[in-house]
Amino acid sequence: MDAIKTVDLTKKYKDLTAVDRLNLTVRQGELLSLLGVNGAGKTTTIKMLTGLTRATSGDAYLNGKSILTESAAVKKMIAVSPQETAVAPNLTVKENLVLLAGVHGFSKAEAKDKAAELSDRFGLGEIANKRAGKLSGGWQRRLSIAMALISGPQILFLDEPTLGLDVLARSSLWDMIRTLKGKMTVILTTHYLEEAEALSDRVAIMKSGRLLLTGTPAEIKRRAGTDKFDEAFVRIVKEGEA
Amino acid sequence: MRILAFSRRNDLEVLRDPLNLFFGVGFPLILLLLLTAIQANIPVALFEIGHLAPGIVVFGLSFMTLFSATLIAKDRGSSFLQRLYTTPLTAKDFILGYLLPILPICIAQSVICYGAAVLLGLEVTVHLVASVLFTLPVALLFVSLGLLCGSIFTDKQVGGICGALLTNLTAWLSGVWFDLGLMGGAFQKIADLLPFVHAVEMERVVLRGDYAGVFPHIWWVAGYAAVVTAIAVFAFLQQMKRQ
Repeated sequence: MDAIKTVDLTKKYKDLTAVDRLNLTVRQGELLSLLGVNGAGKTTTIKMLTGLTRATSGDAYLNGKSILTESAAVKKMIAVSPQETAVAPNLTVKENLVLLAGVHGFSKAEAKDKAAELSDRFGLGEIANKRAGKLSGGWQRRLSIAMALISGPQILFLDEPTLGLDVLARSSLWDMIRTLKGKMTVILTTHYLEEAEALSDRVAIMKSGRLLLTGTPAEIKRRAGTDKFDEAFVRIVKEGEA
Repeated sequence: MRILAFSRRNDLEVLRDPLNLFFGVGFPLILLLLLTAIQANIPVALFEIGHLAPGIVVFGLSFMTLFSATLIAKDRGSSFLQRLYTTPLTAKDFILGYLLPILPICIAQSVICYGAAVLLGLEVTVHLVASVLFTLPVALLFVSLGLLCGSIFTDKQVGGICGALLTNLTAWLSGVWFDLGLMGGAFQKIADLLPFVHAVEMERVVLRGDYAGVFPHIWWVAGYAAVVTAIAVFAFLQQMKRQ
């Protein structure tokens, strides 16, 4: 079974069609990057898949569950690390992790165990008792992803996970994301093309709400006739305009 | 467990903000001390401790609107609430999780204010316990106002509307600082149509042990609390849909 399958998924806001009959399939355990310029429909697609906004028409199935009719089941299997750092600033790192485990229905003891496990796995142990609001941007983003992982999601959505981070923090987060590959299905949106190329199994390029192309980074470069991924992206988007 | 985890987080966010502690506890206590000192030098019936303390308690509770609204508005402004919307938390969990944890803080604040009043000479009677319990509908009113404002305003707007406007409205239209009868006319009519003066009067009669005197004040307070809570729930659900 595919991890994600969208069927003519569409979102309209009055006269604007933000996502236009999107048909996309993501395989189990795959890391797929959604690429596109501003207004391409990436965030709206993520919002529909995560139940934050309702599709105008069409549907999507996450591990076979409809986002329209089985949203409670969908919510149990997904996790999101939003674009902005979404942590509770006055809570410590450990308390943030316990909070997310708690809202997913884990008991207090289970929540504490999971928080300790995630802290160890992602090097958060030393700052476990620091307030999240006092951490640097890189550490907040690391915490944000760890919070998303605490429920053991089958599908993880990472929305611009390294936006605004310096090179070292970004590299450190890439390592963190690489450890997830194959263990769960990951949907990544990013503006950094080198990030998409380095991390993705496959890439989907969107423009004006429509899906232009999907393929591995190598396939996309071959299709565009260049060995540079950023050039390939620009060519494909420009072709999409024509 | 889900709602408990969310409620605990909201409690911690409010209690760990030093500004909240200052305005929630420190400021009402300073006012109580200051006005009691004035009363000691220039006796005024309005500032006798049995008359003043209930007013300060209600005034102190008005800050809960600011705390609650700021918390919700900040959650909305960051992606934190959006993250939680993708979890199994339901609309009911969110609403109760924002409303309920602030109520024990309100009770604690009332206990501290009445405790300070006792140290300043307020007689210890069983009516003190009743006075604390009767703050519950007042607390619900202010916390629901927080849910309402937090659902429709940004955190900066909340600062102005709840921090300045509402606390001033509560102060001026509640009869804590001056006898509204002295103003009379439209001012008193407007004050009588709002819940603040009724909240203070209700607290005052309960503290005196005049339980029959809670009517009609309690109807005003409970009525406003019920209506504001209903509107706040509607506003929260609407913003949830927009997110």
